[in-house]
Formats: sequence, structure tokens, C-alpha cells
Amino acid sequence: MMVLVSYDVKTADIAGRRRLRRIAKTLEDYGQRVQYSVFECSVDPTLWVKLKNQLLKEIEPLEDSLRFYYMGKNWKPKVEHVGAKPSLDMDGPLIF
Amino acid sequence: MKPLQNILYITKPGAYLSKERETIHIRLEEGPDVKIPIHGISGIVCFGTVGMSPWLMGFCAERNVAVTFLTDTGRFLARVHGPMHGNVLLRRAQYRTADVADQSGTLAAAFVTGKLYNCRQALLRCIRDHGETPALRETEKLLSDRIRTLTSVEDCDTARGMEGDAARAYFSAFPDLIRKSDPAFAFSGRNRRPPKDAVNALLSLFYTLLVHDVRSALETVGLDSAVGFLHKDRPGRPSLALDMMEELRPVFCDRLTVSLINREQVRASDFLTNPDSGAVTLEDEARKRVLAAWQKMKQETLTHPFTDEKIAKGLIPFIQARLLARHLRGDLDGYPPFLWR
Repeated sequence: MMVLVSYDVKTADIAGRRRLRRIAKTLEDYGQRVQYSVFECSVDPTLWVKLKNQLLKEIEPLEDSLRFYYMGKNWKPKVEHVGAKPSLDMDGPLIF
Repeated sequence: MKPLQNILYITKPGAYLSKERETIHIRLEEGPDVKIPIHGISGIVCFGTVGMSPWLMGFCAERNVAVTFLTDTGRFLARVHGPMHGNVLLRRAQYRTADVADQSGTLAAAFVTGKLYNCRQALLRCIRDHGETPALRETEKLLSDRIRTLTSVEDCDTARGMEGDAARAYFSAFPDLIRKSDPAFAFSGRNRRPPKDAVNALLSLFYTLLVHDVRSALETVGLDSAVGFLHKDRPGRPSLALDMMEELRPVFCDRLTVSLINREQVRASDFLTNPDSGAVTLEDEARKRVLAAWQKMKQETLTHPFTDEKIAKGLIPFIQARLLARHLRGDLDGYPPFLWR
């Protein structure tokens, strides 16, 4: 399934910047960064539980926010991209 | 059912792959770096001068990701894999079966049956779509005769002989499958190391890719890909993978070669001939297109004739490997080869 994760972390202090960095790194492990704070993660349900837990451990609930958009299996027709930074289709042929 | 995982192909010379946390970090000489999470990847295939950090190789071994290195023309060089998977009891059963003449003969005959059946199916498809030619009809008859006699074969040498005969007949009818009259796609029998014409170049590339897939499928279920039944043991040869490939070649490789040419997805100008050796290879851009077509073909769905499950074509090697394991363990009376419908 495809989950879209976006986050907003308060970076006023050092602790906040550290949280931001750690959340971004965790998401990079499982998904593709499509915009600065937006990740597309193609994960199976087990992996999603793991990822979500890791994310929930990182954030400070009173200051930061995370949003998960569950796009399901048939997500491709629901996404349209315009402009710079086209994303990579992780299910398509990966040839470099 | 396990999902069909993606395979990462690296064809740019000078690319370097390393591990970064849970991702494969690809550095290219031109263009931005790419990071790909390892969890969706089941294999990496590198063409030519591609570097990879030992740390990433270890990580791939740990995550059961098959890594294969090929020359830039697609000849096999090396493979990196981790500890053997599965259990030793299954492997012992495999070795014992390989040592018993009539048991391994029956299995060899099963692989050959699958091959002949699927070759015949390829010819029939062509007859249905484009009408028959004498060569197609004749070979089709010969193959169906052989399939009938194979049911009583129990020794390897007979199976091997019939396989050789039938393959020769099949390849002599193969030119009739190609609907393009372009002399660049003339085919006069199989040649390899190196392939000397465009059709052979495509076939060889696809066979190499299929070995990669079949081998990792066999090793994932815990079989030893080096101990075969139809192919004799030889150092460094993945005999069992070659056995299982026999039945899958017409379905995966031959069919794709024919349709790439017939649909004009490859053209005569996509091939380069080495003036010294006469070796024919694919030009870089065209190879990418061909690899993309290969990956796309693996995502086509079909219903497996034995398990009756709807699956992606790319998972057939896994299902066949599992069926073979079940047979060797004694849970299944015979090995059912994949019969293409």
C-alpha cells in the first residue's frame, strides 16, 4: 500500500531541528522524498506499523504534527505531478 | 502470496553503490544521487564498470537481495550471496534425489516436458495469430509427438537427447515467428559466446537475466542451485537453475524477443557489431529500453495452471521452486512443470 507522510516540526530550538532531521532520515529509509517535508512510502502493513512507531517516537506531540494519507493499492491515478523534481516510480523499471 | 519485488539495474559506467542506513545510495557520474529503500528490492544487476561498497554487499546478503555482476555486454561475471537459506534437510533430499538415477531422470523428463510444451505453445500462438507455415506445423507436430513419448522416460540421457533434438527443431522454426523481413533480424540457429546476430544477442541477454531470477528463487526456498537433474554438476555452473530455466525460456525470453522485434520496439540501428569478434551487442539506450520491457513483462498477470492463483509472471520461478521443494520433501508425488496456457 502507499502512504503519504507529511510533517511539520517546530525548529525554533536545537531539539526541534534534531527531531526534524531524525524524522526525515527515518522516512528516507522507507520511502521517497517527493517534496521537502512530504514522503511517499510504498510499504506493506507490517512495515508500516514499524515505520509509524519509529516516527511517533521521534515527535514532540505538543509542538509537531504528522499527517498520514492512506492511498491504498490503486494510488497512481490519484496523484498528479506538475513542475520540477519529478518523482521516481519505485514499482516501475529501475534502470540507472 | 508474496509480492513481486523490483530489481535494480545499473547500466551507467562509473556508477557507485553504497549503503546509507536502510537505502541503496546510487552515485552517478552525471546527475543527482538516488536513494532507494532496500525493502522493495529483491535483486541488483550491474552491467560493466559499476562499483559497490563491501558494506552494501554485506547488507544485501543479510536482506537476501541477490547481487549479480555482468560485463557491459551482459555476460555473467560474479554473484554475491549470503548464507544459504532454508534447511539442510531439504538440501539433503535434493542431493539424494540427484544421486538416484530413475528419480533424477523423471525430474529431468519433467523439465524437458515443460520446455517442449511451452515451445509448442509459442508456435501455436504464432499459427493462431498469423497463419501457419510448413515449418511451424511440422515442428509443432514433432514437439507434440515428443511430449507424448516423454511421459515414459525415466533416464537423464534419453531426456537430454530429446531435449537437444527438439531444441534444434524449434530453433529451425524460430525464424517463422519473426514477422519482420529486415535482414538484420535474420536468424539461422542459436549461437552464443558471443552472439553473432541481433536475435541471438537479445536471447542471450534475456537468458542471463532469467538465470539471475531463477537462481535467487531457488535459493530463497532453500534449494542448492548448483545441483541439477537434467544438467550435470560442473564447478561454477548453476545446474538446477538451468534445469528450471528450460521450461521458462519460451515463456519469458523467446516470446519477448519475438514481440520486441515484431512490434518494432527494437530496430536494426539499436545493435552494434564488433568488427573483430563479430559479436553483436545492444547500444546503451536500446539496452535500457529492453530492460524496461523485461521488467514490464514480469508484471503481467496470469493464472498459474497448477496452483490456480492469479500472479505476476515474475513470480513463476518462485512458485516452481516451491513446488520442486515440496516434491523433494515428499509432499507432492511429482514435480509439475509450468505449462503455459
